Amino acid sequence: MTIALPRTRRSASEQQDRLKSVLIMILRIVLCFVFGLPLVFLIVASFKPDTQIFADLGSWAAFLPVGELSLDNYIGVFERVPFAQFMMNSVLISVATVALGIVVNSMAAFALSRVQFRGQKLILGIVLATLIVPFETLALPLLWWCNQLPYFGIDGFSQGWLDTYEVQIIPFIANAFSIYLFYQYFDSIPKELDDAATVDGAGWFRIYRSIVMPLAGPAVATVAILTFLPAWNSYLWPLMVVQSEELRPAMVGIDYFKQLSVSWGQLMAYASMITVPILVLFIAFQRAFINSIASSGVKG
Amino acid sequence: MSTSTAVLPKAAAPTKPPKKLSGSGHSQGRVGALMLLPAGILMLVFLLIPIGLTFLLAFTNARLISPVPAKFIGVDNFIRLFESSTFWKSLTNTIVFAVVIVPVQSGLALILAVLVNAKVRGTNIFRTIYFLPVVTSMVVVSMLWMFMYQQEGLINSVLARLGIIGPDWLGDPNTALFALIIMSAWQAMGFHMVIWLSGLQTISGDLYEAASLDGASPWQQFWNVTWPGLKQTRTFILITITISAFSLFTQVNIMTQGGPLDSTSTVVFQAVRTGFQQQQTGYASAISLVFFVLVLAVSLVQRYLTRDKDLGK
Repeated sequence: MTIALPRTRRSASEQQDRLKSVLIMILRIVLCFVFGLPLVFLIVASFKPDTQIFADLGSWAAFLPVGELSLDNYIGVFERVPFAQFMMNSVLISVATVALGIVVNSMAAFALSRVQFRGQKLILGIVLATLIVPFETLALPLLWWCNQLPYFGIDGFSQGWLDTYEVQIIPFIANAFSIYLFYQYFDSIPKELDDAATVDGAGWFRIYRSIVMPLAGPAVATVAILTFLPAWNSYLWPLMVVQSEELRPAMVGIDYFKQLSVSWGQLMAYASMITVPILVLFIAFQRAFINSIASSGVKG
Repeated sequence: MSTSTAVLPKAAAPTKPPKKLSGSGHSQGRVGALMLLPAGILMLVFLLIPIGLTFLLAFTNARLISPVPAKFIGVDNFIRLFESSTFWKSLTNTIVFAVVIVPVQSGLALILAVLVNAKVRGTNIFRTIYFLPVVTSMVVVSMLWMFMYQQEGLINSVLARLGIIGPDWLGDPNTALFALIIMSAWQAMGFHMVIWLSGLQTISGDLYEAASLDGASPWQQFWNVTWPGLKQTRTFILITITISAFSLFTQVNIMTQGGPLDSTSTVVFQAVRTGFQQQQTGYASAISLVFFVLVLAVSLVQRYLTRDKDLGK
């Protein structure tokens, strides 16, 4: 419809439109530099010695893999800190939080959305009300509280959960927002399916496990992504509850590079190693990521 | 086809009554409610009780690790708090941070959303790139920007090429908070872009067609079609940005430690400093309580304002 015939004079407004779309495209590209370049810099600098990093700052070389490149910074990271241990801790903590969270929160949402019992509306109301409480308001009282809780370890009973894996996982399993997301999704699955299954003699747990959950793939993906990111990126909580090096997650481990005499190259190498896996995951599952974030905004 | 398969089991049901009896109403309802239990217990122990504790501990002299039990000390913590200039400075910084970042971040995110909403080739790539900082942890972003903000760092080198002498961003009390605002907005903007985008896509294309038939300019279309259509999204974005702005901690802890001269100290940073480093749980709970009331007030006000407009229309 708007294909301009060759050799005809374009009208002024058409020319203006074209100019505008070119300008908008340039704006889009400039913004790519704004959002992308710092990360490019991070990864490129991780391969350069500090002298090279600073020498390159004034030019485009800062963003290009040029000059002296080596894996020295990466080797340095492994020499300086137990990086593999930190990474394993991060993976263990986030995977456990996400996996247990999916089970616990989906069961709760199932009970709230499909089973009839007294007090259901009230419980749902309480769950939704807690959504506006940011974790940071509770962090300090929770820290004190976790230090009072009884701990059942291999060597029996003791007081206080601090400095364990559990204290980094268990408080974050139940999640009001995950319950809400599952609840919404379950509500959209026809309830007639339950009736049919009940007639066949299936109990609620069977219905949950073999009918509702297999249909809830998209909700599971959304919850998994939305709980994985904060678990992986968690910083304030492990900073306070973990003292032992062998329990420390990777985000807190980065502090070593700030405290000791700074080697920027090593810092960038460390930062790259905890960032690139997530960036790769994001690019691989881009659609799922974006959809999860988008669906997190549907609450009105 | 689907109706016939759905009817079949129902028709077959009466032939096996024993099975149906085993799962009768009441006990099944109880089993169902039991599924709520794990989440219920966890939320009680790690969410509801700590909320209650915030209120209780704030009026005690509880310490994180202490051989003597906590004592009730009335409003002493609050008196100390309101007499502390560091607290007032932190509260002011937190509010300034929120007041600046809420319009800046939500506005720029909306512009990004409009830019990537067009059906142009490559839109997907742009969207992905703008989103990259969101999946980068704030810890890494803070480290990276700490380097970029150095006096001889990346940003000042770029500015120098443009003939501008950049300040010592994080070292100067006049620019430090501003520097945190820029990098925080940079990190989170992609997140809100996606939320705006999902809001934009719920607006029917017919409305735009009708508007352009009536001769509305793109600007008029934006104000009369897009903006009203984004009401729900707007509320959500305002509340989430405000709450996360109030929760400002990671950037401060990594980049400035509240300095220089308390110019970047925040409420949460003070709560952590007193409650964790100095182990004064009671005092930190008082700070948390003030913070809690602040968040509650802001969400209620924002909710009220948007609800009011709804009724007016």
